Amino acid sequence: MPNAQSGFFEWVFFFVRTYGPMFLQGAGTTLLIALTGTLVGFIIGLAVGYVRAIPCAKEDGAVKYWLLKLARTLLGVYIEVFRSTPMIVQSMVIFYGASSVLHINLPYLLAGFIIVSINTGAYLSEIVRGGIQSVDPGQMEAGLAIGMTYGQTMLNVVLPQAIRNILPALGNEFVVNIKDTSVLNVISVTELYFVSKSAAGTYFKYFEVFFITSVIYFVMTFTITRFLRWVEKKMDGPQNYAIHGSQTVPDVELIPKGGATNE
Amino acid sequence: MNETVLQVRHLSKSFGDHEVLRDVDFTVSKGEVISIIGSSGSGKSTLLRCMNLLEKPTSGEVLFHGDNIQAPGFNLQTYRAHVGMVFQSFNLFANMTALDNCVVGQMKVLGRSRVQAQNIAMAFLEKVGMSAYVKAKPRQLSGGQKQRVAIARALAMNPEVLLFDEPTSALDPEMVGEVLTVMKDLASTGLTMLVVTHEMGFARDVSDRVVFMDGGVIVESDVPEVVFTQPKHPRTREFLARILEN
Repeated sequence: MPNAQSGFFEWVFFFVRTYGPMFLQGAGTTLLIALTGTLVGFIIGLAVGYVRAIPCAKEDGAVKYWLLKLARTLLGVYIEVFRSTPMIVQSMVIFYGASSVLHINLPYLLAGFIIVSINTGAYLSEIVRGGIQSVDPGQMEAGLAIGMTYGQTMLNVVLPQAIRNILPALGNEFVVNIKDTSVLNVISVTELYFVSKSAAGTYFKYFEVFFITSVIYFVMTFTITRFLRWVEKKMDGPQNYAIHGSQTVPDVELIPKGGATNE
Repeated sequence: MNETVLQVRHLSKSFGDHEVLRDVDFTVSKGEVISIIGSSGSGKSTLLRCMNLLEKPTSGEVLFHGDNIQAPGFNLQTYRAHVGMVFQSFNLFANMTALDNCVVGQMKVLGRSRVQAQNIAMAFLEKVGMSAYVKAKPRQLSGGQKQRVAIARALAMNPEVLLFDEPTSALDPEMVGEVLTVMKDLASTGLTMLVVTHEMGFARDVSDRVVFMDGGVIVESDVPEVVFTQPKHPRTREFLARILEN
């Protein structure tokens, strides 16, 4: 162990050596919660955004109209409540609310998943709704005009385009989540920040430890940002297309293998 | 007289206070090629869009082989597959290749297998001269190419009737020809076609009947020779004089 006269780097190496596995574990938990929270939040966002985008007119039948109206009002309340309170406060309310009102002691990790998911869901539902609105209405009309239902056209045509459009926002949300899971330390989830705080507190070396912590956060978010950029490019498909039957690209295969024999 | 495919009865459509269609009666027989002409805002496109319920008529009805398409229990999806539509702005599915554009509807609506759907799609893409571009995404195609794929997409559903909503209006002049050629070929195969158009040449040479609309009503409806050479109504004369001038 370095002594009181030791320099900054000696302490940093010391912490990396002794607390390395703990840091990694904390980073793993952070990543796990952020990833799960973003994915589940995205699914919530898709569902909520989908419901909020369904066109509804009184002529479509009173039952459908009022049910949709009711669903939308409830979803609107959900979005507003979770967007208008800090996640650190939501953590306290949900975690201690569950234990004192419902008498359920949520495991820390599960509590983390739930809090990040519904918080992310609230933000993403608005983003999804915007993404759906950004798709040319002609796409829906074309789907309907060849006989597909509203749902089929949504699933096959509109949502894929909407998701592509909101991918940058989704990546943003993921990065924000990696950083914001740190607030879960208030309910003792052993993520990166919690681990760092314990390590730093033991030796009163806050700067050294949190220097390491910030490097880890940066590496995680930076890697993920690059990865998402790559996914975006992948989703856009190739810039060029092969001319079918072209002499220069003779292996352009149109019908999947075995297709011709199935006929 | 051929069998009646589509019949429009007392059709009216308002957007708010604005009455776009006023009590329109209109019949389409099997194999007919009908051009609907008229100035902008005369209700041509709205009439077409009411016929496959992209717009809901305010009143009146549309009958397909005698069945009211707005009746409860009427299978609107199958009907729309039978009555295809080609849009002014093409509306190709932007997230799919040219081939998949022509495949997805066949699989989802007609329940065809992917292989079967691809073969049919290929045949129609060949017919419109786009078989070399099956792997291209819409954003990689020119307007005329997009419109030809859109026509193939509609044809792949084996429609009985095709509705064309100003199919060449968004095209550069040099691309109009390639799309009109495809449409002329289709007309000669006996497909029933309803074409809202500003292409007077097409209306005169290809269609069996020309319908002139103005102010939300059908003013005149007759064979092209009569409408173009001896229109009965002064408004038709006015419109034709204005449009044939340039």
